Amino acid sequence: MTKQVQQLDRVIIRFAGDSGDGMQLTGDRFTAETAQFGNDLSTLPNFPAEIRAPAGTLPGVSSFQLHFADHDILTPGDAPNVLVAMNPAALKANLGDLPKGADIIANTDEFTKRNLAKVGYDGNPLEDDSLAEWRLHAVPLTSLTVKSLEGYDISKKDAERAKNMFALGLLSWLYHRPTEGTIQFLEAKFAKKPEIAKANIAAFQAGWNYGETTESFSVSYEIKPATLRPGTYRNISGNQALAYGLIAASVQSKLPLFLGSYPITPASDILHELSKHKRFGIRTFQAEDEIAGVGAALGAAFGGSLGVTTTSGPGVALKAETVGLAVTTELPLIVVDVQRAGPSTGMPTKTEQTDLLMAMYGRNGESPVPVLAAATPSDCFTMAIEAARIALQYRTPVMLLSDGYLANGSEPWRIPDIDELPDISVLFTTEPNGDDGTYLPFKRDPETLARPWAVPGTAGLEHRIGGIEKADGTGNISYDPDNHDKMVRLRQAKIDGIDVPDLTVDDPDGDARVLVLGWGSTYGPIAAAARRVRAAGHKVAQAHLRHLNPLPANTGEVLRSYDKVLLPEINLGQLAMLLRARFLVDVISYNRVRGLPFKAAELAAVIQDVIESD
Amino acid sequence: MTDTLNGKGLALIPRTDAKQTLKDFKSDQEVRWCPGCGDYAILAAVQSFLPELGLKRENIVFVSGIGCSSRFPYYLNTYGFHSIHGRAPAIATGLAASRPDLSVWVITGDGDALSIGGNHLIHALRRNVNLNILLFNNRIYGLTKGQYSPTSEIGKITKSTPMGSLDKPFNPISLALGAEAGFVARTIDSDRKHLQGVLRQAAEHRGASLVEIYQNCNIFNDGAFDTLKDPGTRDEITVRLEHGQPIVFGTGDNERAVRLSPTGGVEVVRRAEVSDGEILVHDAHNPDPSLAFALSRLDEPAFEHVPIGVFRSIDRPSYDQLLNEQVQAATTDKGTGSLADLLHGGDTWTIG
Repeated sequence: MTKQVQQLDRVIIRFAGDSGDGMQLTGDRFTAETAQFGNDLSTLPNFPAEIRAPAGTLPGVSSFQLHFADHDILTPGDAPNVLVAMNPAALKANLGDLPKGADIIANTDEFTKRNLAKVGYDGNPLEDDSLAEWRLHAVPLTSLTVKSLEGYDISKKDAERAKNMFALGLLSWLYHRPTEGTIQFLEAKFAKKPEIAKANIAAFQAGWNYGETTESFSVSYEIKPATLRPGTYRNISGNQALAYGLIAASVQSKLPLFLGSYPITPASDILHELSKHKRFGIRTFQAEDEIAGVGAALGAAFGGSLGVTTTSGPGVALKAETVGLAVTTELPLIVVDVQRAGPSTGMPTKTEQTDLLMAMYGRNGESPVPVLAAATPSDCFTMAIEAARIALQYRTPVMLLSDGYLANGSEPWRIPDIDELPDISVLFTTEPNGDDGTYLPFKRDPETLARPWAVPGTAGLEHRIGGIEKADGTGNISYDPDNHDKMVRLRQAKIDGIDVPDLTVDDPDGDARVLVLGWGSTYGPIAAAARRVRAAGHKVAQAHLRHLNPLPANTGEVLRSYDKVLLPEINLGQLAMLLRARFLVDVISYNRVRGLPFKAAELAAVIQDVIESD
Repeated sequence: MTDTLNGKGLALIPRTDAKQTLKDFKSDQEVRWCPGCGDYAILAAVQSFLPELGLKRENIVFVSGIGCSSRFPYYLNTYGFHSIHGRAPAIATGLAASRPDLSVWVITGDGDALSIGGNHLIHALRRNVNLNILLFNNRIYGLTKGQYSPTSEIGKITKSTPMGSLDKPFNPISLALGAEAGFVARTIDSDRKHLQGVLRQAAEHRGASLVEIYQNCNIFNDGAFDTLKDPGTRDEITVRLEHGQPIVFGTGDNERAVRLSPTGGVEVVRRAEVSDGEILVHDAHNPDPSLAFALSRLDEPAFEHVPIGVFRSIDRPSYDQLLNEQVQAATTDKGTGSLADLLHGGDTWTIG
């Protein structure tokens, strides 16, 4: 039987299962196949903080959503077209997000009385009429997998575990994905256990063949490759892009990278990634705590390294005193905050934009630091280099904000040519700069107000720095009132004077009256929402801040040139407060703090409301 | 196996042939400790000892935390970093791990090292970071004006403990040995010769060296170490540890010796009551820290007998050495990293 092939322009799939079911791996592989095929894509992993929550329960559900299309897309998608539910908990936890008419592929083997009862189902939804408004494909994924692996010398448990590869094979058939990459991946992953490798590949192929032969799937789908800007692409997550950006910053600054870090969700993968690349001269140091992580990075910076510390909100709170020390000693330092839901431990695997004010002001004294925020997963690469540029050029700690959504989400990234990257090299001071042949560690560059950077080992420039207030120029301890006032103002002026690019506005017709402004990871949903609003015949301008301190010089002018400024944030209005205070512009906030990114449809409705209201 | 640099602890640090004097190591800053403070004696001892090392001055760095002793770096004409409370070992770890060509000294006090910075101290010691940590122990908080410290005796009456402190003090030597520090020593501010001898050995030891220096705070805890200084009592309670020498102390009829005790520790006995063969011979290079630990307990109850000198000096690779070996091994195995290759790694596709 030749099956029908239907053309689609985009699809959103959500793989959901127990945290032990390998849904993140399945999603990663489907993503890799999709990237290989050339679709544009965007992903959203969503998993519990517990490593293995009790099996089959709602808190144990882990999911991975992938949006892919034949055109450029901006978000992982609002609502899935297809839900793969590996157990009743996965169905129950995700059904609410599933629009009517969407496909559900459910693993019938797991819909046992016990598992149904665990999540509060009285009957079996696969057998009563409760799913009538969706297209249900009831597939015994586990038993089909076990049956297909009968000839293999593996345990029943290992055979059952391969069910995620069966599901991947089935979905790969359904959407015409290339399979070679997954086969090579499995061979490499299980290189030391060849029988397991063979079994997983067999399960993957059995899933594909099942799709081709079963009557449960009468149609398969084709989504043509997207026409993106010419270049070589790879798929990249925010954490990986950030790590690569730091490596690039080390290469482009010609300084060895020193990372001091303490493991914390969702930032740990940056530490993991950097620790693999010692051949770039990178030293990674897993410290005894967050404070030691930043302390070691600052010590290395004093010695002439590119000092970096990576963490999430609770870690930033602990590092605050050391960041203040970096502010007053005017040493370059990069502090990466991969924000997560707070306060306190909050929801470690969920995303938020709630650390902006902490990044800005969370230190004692007048303690200004530049603050940057990446807009997309791949933008983490660019902003890591930008953070290094500012830190090195201005001798200052820099806060670089990412978040859980960017960190674990991924998108295709056009790999930059190395010669496109900025040269951010700095010269250490090697000669005395005082009139009488002395070295003045706090004599500033008149343009940038940066102080000289003389590293230990430089003869004749021996000097002492520290947390006590320093006399302008000499850096000697000073309690002089006027000197303190001067130094406070100089440190502020240095940060205020940092050269940052102007804010650009996307306003296709040039006559929109409403500006929707964002910062950080809301870029994708806001841009997608703006497209929808424009497609519906309305006018809206969009601008996105990646430099939050200092703000681009034209920010006030941009804000004042619209009748209304709408600012969606995943916090209770932190940037709104800063903008209102600074520019006296009555920005309209839209705030949701659910641990999840905004949806494009949600924001489109909000924008439309603002446009239509008077 | 990794060769260690023990005994050649200064091998990676550039040397100078130029003659250095105490004056070269004095900064132009006015010293601002209280008149009579023990820190003056330690500063003078360090300034006059550093020239002996023959190191380039620019390759020496003093890092400190917060407290009276932590002002130390300002008074030395080397590189210096006066940091924040308790964090000096962490900051110095980053510096030493990334710069094996530096001689890095940490100056800290009993509050800085053992209260707020206790975690960093034990981890720097266990990692064997190439640091010389000088712990000025005056058994009181000075800069915050006289509260009890983690080395104050139980029952200490201070501003914050008007009815007496409740908590048992740390013995810094026992703590350092518990953290398996490779070099652990104790000395005293008033005995310059001993102090400088210990500092020299600490400097030459590659890896973490902890030197506890008894230091008198004449304002808030004056006389804390008088029994170790008073000629009338000094020799009766000071146990001078010297590697390879039998451990004996005291004078005349009061001469005593240290021997293994039946309970597995060590004990003090009258010299006259033991044969030469029973007297414990100090072995600072013993890989097993148990005996060194037992010796550190000799001043329990406090100040009945106080061992000074090098408790332990063993050979093991330093953290910076191991870290840099990994960097070198990665580079040797795979060549220096290429950024273009890195960025193009993994699955890529081209749109033409």
